[in-house]
Amino acid sequence: MAHGRGGGVAGAGATRADDVRRAGRLGSMASVALSEAEKVYIVHGVQEDLRVDGRGCEDYRCVEVETDVVSNTSGSARVKLGHTDILVGVKAEMGTPKLEKPNEGYLEFFVDCSANATPEFEGRGGDDLGTEIANTLYRIFNNKSSVDLKSLCISPREHCWILYVDVLLLECGGNLFDAISIAVKAALFNTRIPRVRVLEDEEGSKDIELSDDPYDCIRLSVENVPCIVTLCKIGYRHVVDATLQEEACSLASLLVAVTSKGVVTCMRKVGKGSLDPESIFEMMETGKRVGKVLHTSLQSLLHKEESLGPKRQKVGFLG
Amino acid sequence: MAGLELLSDQGYRVDGRRAGELRKIQARMGVFAQADGSAYIEQGNTKALAVVYGPHEIRGSRARALPDRALVNCQYSSATFSTGERKRRPHGDRKSCEMGLQLRQTFEAAILTQLHPRSQIDIYVQVLQADGGTYAACVNAATLAVLDAGIPMRDFVCACSAGFVDGTALADLSHVEEAAGGPQLALALLPASGQIALLEMDARLHEDHLEQVLEAAARAARDVHTLLDRVVRQHVKEASILLGD
Repeated sequence: MAHGRGGGVAGAGATRADDVRRAGRLGSMASVALSEAEKVYIVHGVQEDLRVDGRGCEDYRCVEVETDVVSNTSGSARVKLGHTDILVGVKAEMGTPKLEKPNEGYLEFFVDCSANATPEFEGRGGDDLGTEIANTLYRIFNNKSSVDLKSLCISPREHCWILYVDVLLLECGGNLFDAISIAVKAALFNTRIPRVRVLEDEEGSKDIELSDDPYDCIRLSVENVPCIVTLCKIGYRHVVDATLQEEACSLASLLVAVTSKGVVTCMRKVGKGSLDPESIFEMMETGKRVGKVLHTSLQSLLHKEESLGPKRQKVGFLG
Repeated sequence: MAGLELLSDQGYRVDGRRAGELRKIQARMGVFAQADGSAYIEQGNTKALAVVYGPHEIRGSRARALPDRALVNCQYSSATFSTGERKRRPHGDRKSCEMGLQLRQTFEAAILTQLHPRSQIDIYVQVLQADGGTYAACVNAATLAVLDAGIPMRDFVCACSAGFVDGTALADLSHVEEAAGGPQLALALLPASGQIALLEMDARLHEDHLEQVLEAAARAARDVHTLLDRVVRQHVKEASILLGD
């Protein structure tokens, strides 16, 4: 058996086949059934830096990004990464700032694992996975540099913008976290918040005035918004952007949130298996390296799309 | 209705349509690879996705299996960002449950369920953007998805809404027209036989006007059928070219 052969995977029962079958997969994610021979084929391939679809270990699948797909949101984006299909809508609503941060707005994340992705998500079936992803998103944005929250403040202690970032999972074909983080970044890039002014009269009562010009908007700087790079440990090597089949072969993976400068804002180990400390550092280095490249290409893609202007032919789900 | 004129003296509606005119419909079949059948439809600014899984074994409790026909299981959900004001939950609220039941009723009338006894067919619809006529868009998307899955049906199911303003029946209401609060009729039609799979009307309407509104909705549903038929034929043609036939 190929798994557990390398030094990467520790833990006594890790070589047992049923552990492999269960591991690397989140509670209720869409699953694939793989035979022992198929797994050996995948694991041996990864050791030779050649994956089933012909990619190398540090290659992403082709990513399709389109912004401004839902017109009644402040910003939206759709990302297709292999068979993984994500739609993100951002809605800006006015609210009161949090007590501990009176001069900042905030972001709220919600992930809907819709039954479209797999029948297992019907009813409340997708709630666990949705909460897990939403919590990860909260964590990667939980630092001062990701988004300039002060720009979302309208008047301290009274009014601020709340950005509701709603993620809709339409199809899952592996590597959910990376696809979602790319979609969130693209949607935040696309977000336009109406400009408001606070007018104060002599008696001290405040009035909020919305700009007359619908194009008079503020935009967020997404320069420091991190993207997640998930590194899947397969055998004694690790791969980025694993497909469902590869995820089924992996015992554990490491999730690294990297900014465009290579700063890590969050790190998590996911999956049932265990990882040894050396491989964690190794995976982190790969994550930073791959993350920087990912950011550069995403940024150029977003700017290119924007330069086409409002006359761009929208494709959406029709293309 | 203060301030808003739904139908001008010249016979134009708020968005410039004539009374019996549909909004622009664009659709595509086979959007997703993993599902058995899927489709996407845009009716004006209303956008809906439908996915079909099955027929497959009954999931969960075996007691739900029907000995003589397939169980049709529908879930309606609407994205939290789909409406003007953000929704708190995508599904599970009263309106979504009701929509799910209506869809189930509609498709039980159309799918030849007796061909697949003791099995289950899942139809999941997801509204991405809501601008009036969500029920109709969902039914139309689901029809295409069921066809894409290759599940035998009696006929297409084509749905359309209709309203009634100033003595004129309006077909395919937009959100503005729905929000104005007049009578609304939702109709799902099996166009070949002219049978009605679902009919629902809310608000008050004089009996004498019902026939006119019903006729407007049925005519619009037949127009929808022409369009959907075109989409299906185009899709099959493309698929057969890819298969090399």
